[in-house]
Amino acid sequence: MWPINDAGAISGLVCGVLFGYVLENAGFGSPCKLTAQFSMRDWSVFKVMFTAIVVAATGLYGLELAGLLNIDGLFVPTSLVMASAIGGLLVGAGFAVGGYCPGTSVVGFFSGRIDALVFIVGLLLGTWVFAGLYGPAIESVMALWEVETGDTFMDAWGIPQWLLIAILFAALVGVFYAGSWFERRGRGPVQAQEAVAGAGGPADAS
Amino acid sequence: MNAPATAARPRPVKPFWNPLLAGILLGLVLLLTFVWTGHGLGATGASTRLAAWLGNAVVPAATQANGYLGGMVEDGANPLPSWITWQVVGVAIGALFAAFMGGRLRVQLDGARSVGSGRRIATALIGGLLSGFGARVAAGCTSGLGLSGAATLGIAAFVFLATFFASGLIVHRLVKGI
Repeated sequence: MWPINDAGAISGLVCGVLFGYVLENAGFGSPCKLTAQFSMRDWSVFKVMFTAIVVAATGLYGLELAGLLNIDGLFVPTSLVMASAIGGLLVGAGFAVGGYCPGTSVVGFFSGRIDALVFIVGLLLGTWVFAGLYGPAIESVMALWEVETGDTFMDAWGIPQWLLIAILFAALVGVFYAGSWFERRGRGPVQAQEAVAGAGGPADAS
Repeated sequence: MNAPATAARPRPVKPFWNPLLAGILLGLVLLLTFVWTGHGLGATGASTRLAAWLGNAVVPAATQANGYLGGMVEDGANPLPSWITWQVVGVAIGALFAAFMGGRLRVQLDGARSVGSGRRIATALIGGLLSGFGARVAAGCTSGLGLSGAATLGIAAFVFLATFFASGLIVHRLVKGI
């Protein structure tokens, strides 16, 4: 019965290599391409993330139905609504200002971007600032609005898993339609040439 | 103008993958990770461990006494050896390989031309700082909480993704970071 619960170096390296390989090929090492999602010019971030979520959620559900996977054995983040909301606000702001999120900054740095290394230094600084301020005050804010009945939509409110996946699938189709419409209206997705040249390069008129 | 044909030429720049293909493959990698390890992919688990390790090397007393990082370094423990560290090392290798094979490996300060070098260094540093702080508040980042949590249909993940994108859309209009 899955999951295997392997915590070794090999599984970490293999999953990491595949993750980094896919992210770079999607264009997610380029801060120009990543932030073009926020100007609605390039919807790759939404499209790739949503597709991956739907594929993984459907896969987990299928394996569970087939009796191969115990879904209760998987790690699910605790439903701390306030902490997740504040964290999302800050990571989103950091993404817009810095051009990366934590994972994509590693991809950016290893495709040659020095600004991504600076972002990683910022990540460490942010961690130290958080650790320095950490105490009862921060802890009590982070504990606000926890959904007491469960961590997943199934456990907390009894929404069937198949229905959630169907909603996600419908949202995915919507993201592709809306995204492609916006992309046709504007200059279109950031191409590899433009990303490699860097923001503000010859191919980038912005 | 006959340049010698043997001169080193950069590899041709290959286009990025189509987002649907990239998304399907990313979903399969995430699925593999869940089946193999019982949890998803991440990033800031490693940077937090690195912050604890560096803190312990530079200011050991303060780090060991710290309520957040202290637990990772108590009794001489090394916080670095961990699954998430190996995974981030893997991300670096995978990204380097993909960038090299795709002709997209180029050393640059991306954004120096659009906003200037000084400003770009400042925006990258401040962006990283906000992100690092925020990821500790949420106990996860876009990968670990947003992507992986959403695949398990976790409530926290969708709350995070909603405020993450709303905040990004607004801040992008206020500050030109790149």
